[in-house]
Amino acid sequence: MKNSRRSPFAAAAVIAIGLMLSGAGYAAASTAINSAPKSEAASAAQIEEGKKLFLSNCASCHGVNGVGTKAAPTLVGVGAAAAEFQVDSGRMPGQASGPQLQVKPKQFTAEQIDAIAAYVGSLGVGPDVPTEDMIAANGNATRGGELFRINCAMCHNAVGAGGALTEGKYAPSLKGVPNDHIYEAMLTGPQNMPVFNDANLTPKDKKDIITYLKFVEANPSAGGYELAGLGPVAEGLFIWILGLGVIVALTIWLGAKSN
Amino acid sequence: MSKEHRYESGLAVVASDKVKDPGIEPHRVRMTDKSPAKERVANRQVAALFIASAVGSAFAIFAYFAFPITEDLGTVRSNTWWLGIGITLGLFGIGIGAVHWAKTLMPDTEVSEERHQTRGSDEVRARAVEIIKLADKESGFSRRKLIRRTLYTSLALFPLPAIFFFGDLGPNPANTLRHTMWKKGTRLTKDPYGTPIKAAEVTLGSVFHVIPEGLSELPEHKLEEKAKAAVLLVRLDPKDLKEDPAKKDWSYDGIVAYSKICTHVGCPVALYEQQTHHLLCPCHQSTFDLTEHCKVIFGPASRPLPQLPITVDAEGYLVAQSDFTEPVGPSFWER
Repeated sequence: MKNSRRSPFAAAAVIAIGLMLSGAGYAAASTAINSAPKSEAASAAQIEEGKKLFLSNCASCHGVNGVGTKAAPTLVGVGAAAAEFQVDSGRMPGQASGPQLQVKPKQFTAEQIDAIAAYVGSLGVGPDVPTEDMIAANGNATRGGELFRINCAMCHNAVGAGGALTEGKYAPSLKGVPNDHIYEAMLTGPQNMPVFNDANLTPKDKKDIITYLKFVEANPSAGGYELAGLGPVAEGLFIWILGLGVIVALTIWLGAKSN
Repeated sequence: MSKEHRYESGLAVVASDKVKDPGIEPHRVRMTDKSPAKERVANRQVAALFIASAVGSAFAIFAYFAFPITEDLGTVRSNTWWLGIGITLGLFGIGIGAVHWAKTLMPDTEVSEERHQTRGSDEVRARAVEIIKLADKESGFSRRKLIRRTLYTSLALFPLPAIFFFGDLGPNPANTLRHTMWKKGTRLTKDPYGTPIKAAEVTLGSVFHVIPEGLSELPEHKLEEKAKAAVLLVRLDPKDLKEDPAKKDWSYDGIVAYSKICTHVGCPVALYEQQTHHLLCPCHQSTFDLTEHCKVIFGPASRPLPQLPITVDAEGYLVAQSDFTEPVGPSFWER
């Protein structure tokens, strides 16, 4: 114990071992969750199946052949990644109009979602669904943290707790978001999120960012309770109400006469 | 209690209709004074608080060994938490116990004490004058004119150097607030690694966080330069842009670059909404419209974000046409 407290390499060792453990653990977990490997090339039958699903579920807004209508944008060129993100996260099919689409229970099975994604991907050249290796959280969390703070933290909060935008829109919390959704969101820029293409954040950068997010999720904050990680608002509220409240109560007790 | 003091001199106004001193309220006998059983309870309560303190301190020692900090970052939290609880109980028990003891068991009869006069007695005053005169006589302060006058001169000159030192604090920090690292031909590079950006890489809806080329190689003042030169690079559909004809060539094929430093109080404005093209400052919700030269559409900022004129070089990399044409960041007096 003396060593771990005093050694100048303690911090580095803690981070390195933590990274290895969480990376390995997460890799194992994510393979278990996504056990079915995504097919590299969508088969013609899958696209045909996707087209049927698209016509019956999506075409009323996105138009036949996904060319878009006044109600919804064109899906030509958005890629399979965008379709998988929107449908697999339950955002699509949209339920109600509002500032932004909400996450809700997904409406299709995994096979159906893959079919829809394959069909939308076949409409034009666009980003494809990432492979297992691209989204595994076994990159460099330190580097990912730096990239996250520069590119993402202004909206999503430094530990991915989410935050408010204008006119009712918000950047959602990233806690518990599956790796492939994080990757696809960066790649395709859903709704008001900007696009981070592979020239901006390389696949390695994206992998590191996922690693960082999963690291923060798996490791409790060393500084104590995060209070949802919201920063000064939650912390201020806590200390002003509870901290000051205790001080006021103690002061009253000190000044009161004994019964 | 209500005894009147007579002062020989002074400005005190004696009001004839002043509020009467109500005196001390009647003494209220405590339960611990009336009932021996209650006294014994209070006695035990105080002892219990002191024992709790002792337990807390002992627990803190135990916790130091039982919850060591290991490779797992989470152990820092449990170590701090249990140590803190032990130490808190240790000190809090003593404090609360002492106060409870004083409040319940120590005598609580009301006592009032008179204030003494501020004026010293004639004897003390005469003695003070005597000491001062003796000091003057022994030091020769009045007698030795040369020493006295040179002392006055030295005392008068002593603060003067400060006037010259403080001159360095003003009048303004030269031109550092007016210029940034950007100049004609400086490549736009990605924060933090300084990779140059090709115009073709900035696809529609992309946002790049940009620093000037060479920032990382600066020998000093990297952070100061970054704080002034940070830029947000966005590509919009050129038909969405409502550009001022005078600034038409400041963008490149829908790619626009703006200072990231809010014109309100200097927070980094980087919350870009891809569909509305609004840029939101997280500190005070100033909102800027990217389609119209980042004019303010909401919030306390009073000026648009300064735009960095950009173009591409022969190799297709984005470069600055010049520095910002106005100082970046919050307003200051000499703007």
